[in-house]
Amino acid sequence: MMDFIVPLAYLVATALFIFALHWMNDPKTARHGVYAGVAAMVIGIVATWLEPEVVHHLWIVVGMAAGVALGIPLSRVPLTAVPQRTALSHAFGGAAAGLVGVAYYYLWWGHNPGHLTTFRTTALITENILGFMTFTGSLMAAGKLQEVKWIPQRPVTYKGQNVVNISLLVAAVAIGIWVIVHPTTALAAKLFPVVIGLALLFGVLLIIPIGGADMPTVIAILNSYAGLSAAALGFVVDNKLLVTAGALDGSSGLILAIIMCKAMNRSFANVLFGAFGQVQQAKQLEEGKTYKPETIEGAAQVMEQASTVVIVPGYGMAVAQAQHKVRELYDQLKKRGITVKFAIHPVAGRMPGHMNVLLAEADVPYTDLVESSDINADMPQCDVALVVGANDVVNPAARYDKTSPIYGMPIIDADKAHTVFAIKRSKNPGFAGIDNELYFADKTWMLFGDAKKVIGDLVKQLSDQGGIH
Amino acid sequence: MHAMLAVVVPAAETQPSDFWSMVFVFVLATFIGLGVIRRVSRLLHTPLMSLTNAISAVAVVEGISITGANYPTIIRILGVVAVFASMTNIVSGFLITDRMLKMFKTTREGDRT
Repeated sequence: MMDFIVPLAYLVATALFIFALHWMNDPKTARHGVYAGVAAMVIGIVATWLEPEVVHHLWIVVGMAAGVALGIPLSRVPLTAVPQRTALSHAFGGAAAGLVGVAYYYLWWGHNPGHLTTFRTTALITENILGFMTFTGSLMAAGKLQEVKWIPQRPVTYKGQNVVNISLLVAAVAIGIWVIVHPTTALAAKLFPVVIGLALLFGVLLIIPIGGADMPTVIAILNSYAGLSAAALGFVVDNKLLVTAGALDGSSGLILAIIMCKAMNRSFANVLFGAFGQVQQAKQLEEGKTYKPETIEGAAQVMEQASTVVIVPGYGMAVAQAQHKVRELYDQLKKRGITVKFAIHPVAGRMPGHMNVLLAEADVPYTDLVESSDINADMPQCDVALVVGANDVVNPAARYDKTSPIYGMPIIDADKAHTVFAIKRSKNPGFAGIDNELYFADKTWMLFGDAKKVIGDLVKQLSDQGGIH
Repeated sequence: MHAMLAVVVPAAETQPSDFWSMVFVFVLATFIGLGVIRRVSRLLHTPLMSLTNAISAVAVVEGISITGANYPTIIRILGVVAVFASMTNIVSGFLITDRMLKMFKTTREGDRT
């Protein structure tokens, strides 16, 4: 009976997972996707639990209860902390797949070596390398995003770094191949943990040279690896539900990573091994270029007289938690009949879609969030561009300066607006360490200070004048 | 040569794994994934990531299998840790996805009144 029910349950769960992702194509239907996903998960868990081989229940209940106890607080983090929560969940996904793989290897090695076929052992080794490197890599990424003290935020690079990293991976794969060829020997059982150890170390070293600006791509790649490790586990244990769910997660991460790379005009290899944010330190701006500061009153006056305002948010908005103040500014301008749009660059923030979620949290209608490629044509007609904590994504050097590390990256053409206001915390260069000449342009006026405070002051200024019109 | 030891493993698992059918499933699922994900609204890339993360945590079923079976204690300990890690992803993944999706609106509450 269960021989029939379990595969059927897994088939239904697979179909529901596909529908869940399908419904994500529109914000209107997206929540159905969550319900379908939950239903699929419940079906899969119940069907497995009812299998006759499952005879001990207490430990399962304890493991699940502990997962619920940690999962609930993790789902309530502030939305600015979503990138690190996501990185952490990739770490958990990689670890879960890895641990089950380890358990099966030793189970079969000790009790049923006939199971360790070349195919299964290959899947096991693949799964373990992927799972465990995702585990430490994602922990490192989460630590960097959370700004944990003992994890350096700035990229850490040293001479021969790529050689070290690649040798480590080659060593792990080579030892893995030996295990695949001789899976049932005593030595294989000793080498198996060595492969895991190398994978863990590789994960750490892979993420150390990554800077904040590359986090959206790296998180997407780790997402893909976590999914692929789950799929590989499916190969190990002949579980098609795992293979499909893992493949869906893997392809999702892959597509997001491709979108992020395209948005920066860079390749995977360049992101992983390029150590962005180091090289450009050398380039200094020519002397004589100075920022032109503007007062809140002056900026408010110009904005009031505009007919179109485009707001360009960046990571600085997230850091300052300024999204709610930005919404108030949006309201003030809308009240005056001014058209207000948000120009969202795909890599703005620390993970794909980061800005959209923050602005949605602040209750900005998503119809006013415009993809950068769609808004650029309208930028020359735009009266005011307000840059809130964005930097590289509005740097005009990307268009023509071949020596710039961001050369070729599609940007938001904020510099084509009639007037540009840029809010900046300090006079230091942005996260990637690149000076932005937009800030020195004739039409640009700087508003120095914390984004939340500056926007708050603008709102106050505008609401005080509200009665004039 | 070690066939005598095979008794420990449940019957369903002793069937040889069908390499090609698994590869077919994987390749087809990847194509479906690429097709479906490509059409996901760009607004929703953050919730998409937390949703797919929860989905791939379906690996919990393998954790359940080894934790609940009559296997050596050390194997079951690895299983229970995997159940814990996967369950954390399932619970936090679905909850935070729903929390984020609730925020995406075309009009604001205030506008309707």
